[in-house]
Amino acid sequence: MTFKLFVPRDAAAIACGADGVGEACASEAKRHGLEATIVRNGSRGMLWLEPLLEIEEAGVRYAFGPCDAKTAAEIIAQLAQGTSVSQISHALALGPTEQIPFFEKQTRLTFARCGLTDPVSLEAYRAHGGYQGLAKALAIEPAEIVEEVTKSGLRGRGGAGFPTGTKWKTVHDCDGDQKYIVCNADEGDSGTFADRMLMEGDPFCLIEGMTIAGLAVGATRGYIYLRSEYPHAAVALDEAIAAAKAGGYLGRNICGSTYDFELEVRIGAGAYVCGEETSLLESLEGKRGLVRAKPPLPAHEGLFGKPTVVNNVLSLGAVPFILAEGAQAYADYGMGRSRGTMPIQLAGNIKHGGLFETAFGITLGELVNDIGGGTATGRPLKAVQVGGPLGAYFPQEYFDTPFDYEAFAARDGLIGHAGIVVFDDTADMARQARFAFHFCAAESCGKCTPCRIGAVRGRETLDKVIAGDKVDANLELVEDLCNTMKFGSLCALGGFTPYPVMSALTHFPEDFGRKRTLPVAAE
Amino acid sequence: MPEGTDWSEAETRAIVARHEDREGPLLPILHDVQHAFGCVPEKAVPIIADALNLSRAEVHGVVTFYHDFHREPAGRHTLKVCRAEACQAMGCERLVETAEARLGVACGETSADRRVTLETVYCLGLCATAPAAMLDQRVVGRLDADKLDALLKEAFE
Ligand SMILES: Cc1cc2nc3c(=O)[nH]c(=O)nc-3n(C[C@H](O)[C@H](O)[C@H](O)COP(=O)(O)O)c2cc1C
Ligand code: SF4
Ligand code: FES
Repeated sequence: MTFKLFVPRDAAAIACGADGVGEACASEAKRHGLEATIVRNGSRGMLWLEPLLEIEEAGVRYAFGPCDAKTAAEIIAQLAQGTSVSQISHALALGPTEQIPFFEKQTRLTFARCGLTDPVSLEAYRAHGGYQGLAKALAIEPAEIVEEVTKSGLRGRGGAGFPTGTKWKTVHDCDGDQKYIVCNADEGDSGTFADRMLMEGDPFCLIEGMTIAGLAVGATRGYIYLRSEYPHAAVALDEAIAAAKAGGYLGRNICGSTYDFELEVRIGAGAYVCGEETSLLESLEGKRGLVRAKPPLPAHEGLFGKPTVVNNVLSLGAVPFILAEGAQAYADYGMGRSRGTMPIQLAGNIKHGGLFETAFGITLGELVNDIGGGTATGRPLKAVQVGGPLGAYFPQEYFDTPFDYEAFAARDGLIGHAGIVVFDDTADMARQARFAFHFCAAESCGKCTPCRIGAVRGRETLDKVIAGDKVDANLELVEDLCNTMKFGSLCALGGFTPYPVMSALTHFPEDFGRKRTLPVAAE
Repeated sequence: MPEGTDWSEAETRAIVARHEDREGPLLPILHDVQHAFGCVPEKAVPIIADALNLSRAEVHGVVTFYHDFHREPAGRHTLKVCRAEACQAMGCERLVETAEARLGVACGETSADRRVTLETVYCLGLCATAPAAMLDQRVVGRLDADKLDALLKEAFE
């Protein structure tokens, strides 16, 4: 009998030694004369368990992790002795993968396939329901595709939460000989890695989503703007694009239809601001990544001045499900105006870090404590930052906040790209606020003064506060600066840097040498 | 990142020729030039500018805008340490201090023997296995003092 083993090729798994585990599995199997195929799959998203080795038996996959070469060899040795997979006794044996609570509690729509198969096998993709969304899209009118996405309630997963269907409709309604689909894969926010995981673990899902977007709006060309920090994703995407082309799913007359769609990956060059959509377009055009003033919207005048859809990886990645299963199936999940599911990323000082896809509405506390298991260090939790470097710091008193765009906004926060970074009680929130200014200063495109100058002044002023120099006067100055940045900046880099700064100051005044005046939860 | 090899005009022209018919060819060209020579040499700028019908100042502006492009070759190895929030929450700053002390340089600088360049990076997408780093193209998660030690040793070999 041939054993089927799975060892992820996901960058986080590799960063923790997955390549060594894969090699050990191969060499040990050979040494014991076991017949084994080793699939390098995407990650299942339970990143604290990486490298996660899975072995299939009677259609069930059993998990072992976190493995290294030595423990993998021990597990293979038991297999070689004829022990059935479910009976292997090892400290790292976790039982059936899909019964691990972190996995079992999820609603995986976008990530349904991630981790199941060899991510760049077109055959495997199709065998698991891939390209059914495209088949549906090819059978209906472009305007009906747009309507379907609109009805699903899908909102942009890149941060701003703008309704995807509305954006598509604008581009659909534009005249133009050339239109573009641009995928924003710049994923610069600390605490986020869902785009990376999807591109590495199920790249065809993104490719299919972009192809459907092209059909819907009449675009024949697509670009994936990928940050240079993601070399593994670049490889997976290139392999998958080549396979899709060879299979007739990209290029001329896709699936025998009259539609053409060409797709190409472009690598960024290490500028956070190029995640902002207009800066991204400038960068794609080969220019400095200066943010453009809006209007015109990219939907009207985008890449090379042509009508362009710019969408995040997860927005486009949700589309195949919506087309295949219908808008209602997606919209049935969620709360309020936040429909569907969100791939939430648990990161930083957290015991069970990873990717957790679930319907909107789950509370922050459930995510961090019940799912995430609290801090990794075991120390008391102090704060979480939600939504990347431009997101607010929330104290535990806010853990009843449901994961929903509006609920976070009501508490002066944002869900952004749904990264949650956990800090224990050793965190100094004045230093975190200082970092927010520092980051803004380092990454500002330089176009507007409040951002370019304000961030530097803010950092200097907080240095004085941290040194205990005229704390009250300097904090007032910081508040003024934040107001200027909030209302005078062209884009959210300058405009939202006040969120982490002001939330840190509001909820943790004692870290700034200021007395607490209000109970934390008071609003 | 490869060690800075001698600049070659012919190779620069070949790189430009490979990309010039693409839409928006400048970034792919600069990436390839940097890959070939370890940096974007001053002498490459006018050749690229001419071919793309841009001014030298425009090409220059692009090279200096992006963190990835260097004017001078980096060391033989580049160690990027993530210093963004998720890695901060797991103590990356202490590791940065250790690396700076061991190399005798600050982040952004190259060791005196030109073997290692130490760089700050903001997020490698490895935030659930933080702290994270990258030695050349190799990613490393759950970085601790021992792993950092091993990476530095390897870089000095
Ligand atoms: C400074 C800055 C950085 C951004 N970075 C990203 C990013 O890395 N990925 C992303 O999808 N959107 C990012 N955005 C949001 C984009 O401008 C844009 O809203 C998004 O790509 C639209 O796609 P969506 O509607 O699918 O979310 C960023 C915005 C700003 C202001
Ligand atoms: S806010 Fe900052 S990053 Fe945004 S356009 Fe202005 S200077 Fe550029
Ligand atoms: S914050 Fe360090 S890898 Fe994301």
